[in-house]
Amino acid sequence: MSSLSLGFVSVRLLQVVPSVLGIAVLNFALLHLAPGDAAEIIGAQSGGASKEFVDELRRSFGIDRPLYQQFFIYLGKLLTFDLGMSNVQQRPVLDLIADRMPATLLLMLTAIGIAIVVGVLCGVVAAMRHRKWVDTIVSVLALLCYATPQFWLGLMLIVLFSVTLGVLPSGGMMTIGAQMEPLARALDIGRHLVLPALTLGLFYAAVYARLMRASMLEVYSSDFITTARAKGLSEGRISLTHAARNALMPVVTLGGVQIGHMLGGSILVETVFGWPGLGRLLFDGLLQRDLNLLLGILFISSILVVLCNLLVDLVYGLLDPRILAR
Amino acid sequence: MKRTLHFWRRYRRNRGAVVGLVLLLAIVLAAVFGPMVYTVDPFDMIGRPAQTPSARFPLGTDVSGRDILAGLLHGGRVSLLIGVAASLCATTLGVVVGAAAGYCGRGSDILLMRLTDFFLTIPSFVLAVVIIAIFRPSLISVMSAIAIVSWPPVARLARAEFMAHRDREYVQACRAMGMSDFRIAARHILPNALPPVIVVSSLLVATAILTESGLSFLGLSDPNVVSWGYMIGIGRTMLRTAWWMSAIPGMAILVTVLCINLVGEGLSDALNPKLQER
Repeated sequence: MSSLSLGFVSVRLLQVVPSVLGIAVLNFALLHLAPGDAAEIIGAQSGGASKEFVDELRRSFGIDRPLYQQFFIYLGKLLTFDLGMSNVQQRPVLDLIADRMPATLLLMLTAIGIAIVVGVLCGVVAAMRHRKWVDTIVSVLALLCYATPQFWLGLMLIVLFSVTLGVLPSGGMMTIGAQMEPLARALDIGRHLVLPALTLGLFYAAVYARLMRASMLEVYSSDFITTARAKGLSEGRISLTHAARNALMPVVTLGGVQIGHMLGGSILVETVFGWPGLGRLLFDGLLQRDLNLLLGILFISSILVVLCNLLVDLVYGLLDPRILAR
Repeated sequence: MKRTLHFWRRYRRNRGAVVGLVLLLAIVLAAVFGPMVYTVDPFDMIGRPAQTPSARFPLGTDVSGRDILAGLLHGGRVSLLIGVAASLCATTLGVVVGAAAGYCGRGSDILLMRLTDFFLTIPSFVLAVVIIAIFRPSLISVMSAIAIVSWPPVARLARAEFMAHRDREYVQACRAMGMSDFRIAARHILPNALPPVIVVSSLLVATAILTESGLSFLGLSDPNVVSWGYMIGIGRTMLRTAWWMSAIPGMAILVTVLCINLVGEGLSDALNPKLQER
């Protein structure tokens, strides 16, 4: 078993290499598709530089070399996580991203938690009451959440909970300038987290609810459920302990695949709530036309997705030993 | 004719899909003919800012005193246009890649599927943002960016279909008659592989509209046209006092996307009768 999983792990790790290489190629291509190179931009920023000066800059940046040489230099830099400097903020891009990463991870993990708990519960209940009114309500709600633009939902939640009811803060990650004990600080962050996490999570809750419902209905028709029924087990017990466990597998898979999609949603939600994460950083980079920063975020977030997929695969292998045998 | 009738009979069984279709037709008609009937320029600042709905401004005015109803009608054109165009481009690209991979098999299959998986892992919205930021926002760049990030699911589906049909008897018959691979794939397999692709591509329209609204909310939309996401972004600056400015275009997106999803489900029921029992 252990040697088998070692082989599985190493094969899976090796598959990461082409993905990372592909991401590097994509980033490099986008960098070169952009009109005007770094030398021209700096030349223009310094107020109309002479052609000699721009050429000198090109030489010092190495952009006068052939494309393939530039690519290998670029790749070397990426492998040492040198993502260059932010043209506007005059700090290494990696530092900027590292500063914002924890906030985004906190938001995304909370949202995934909400999505899985709410989605799975609703899906199971709907499947147990197939074609009853509970099922209809869950299905309709899921359809609605599935069609709502996340950022708009966020705005409407702000109107409801912050402006009208005044019970939750409308933005930011913590109360600015307040001196607090660690526990009070955590509670404060928690209060700020509720609306953004709910906004981001509800869409995925809808996705999981639909998937879980369909998956449960499929499992219900399999032989071992018939056996369980024949043994005289109660419907509730069959649903919760037998069906739900097996129906959960597609949800786990989808959860891993959707990390990248969720990062996109997180950009919009962070912009709405002024949440100091990667998305907010990307938005600032957009406003300032900071290409290095944008590409850095694309690179790091792609790597993050690749790593998450790897993690999900490994967890999946642990959950279902049949996969290891393949 | 008989086939159309048969198709409609199966589609009709899904009541939600019928309601969705009717509403969607109304939205399309409003977007196409609305601006001709209600001839107010959505960019004209013609009233006091932030008015509540009234007889003169049926849905009120926005931050700069522009007519919200005019914006809604013109924005509908943009949302639907980008949604449909991006979905068509993504479908075409996906079918070409999927067909090549599924029909040819072997090396090209491995290579093309690796490429598809790769595009599936890249965070699609982030990639779209970077592409549009590089090429400057315009109808074409927004449409292309959305198409570039949404073709992979179509490619996977098309590949599976083409693989399933590749060795069927009718294809072997075509080969025996000496037809070229291209003709077999395009004229004979494609029509058979199309039904599931149509379902996915109709759902892509909904996703594309959602993506477009998010992009234009971030300011990544063609500056010469109004779009629903842009209107939400503008309304956001006065969210505390005039929430309806953001609420109205958001409702428009929600209803449109909902209708498209319902129609997609109806198509799925009508085209894949085997799945109907669930």
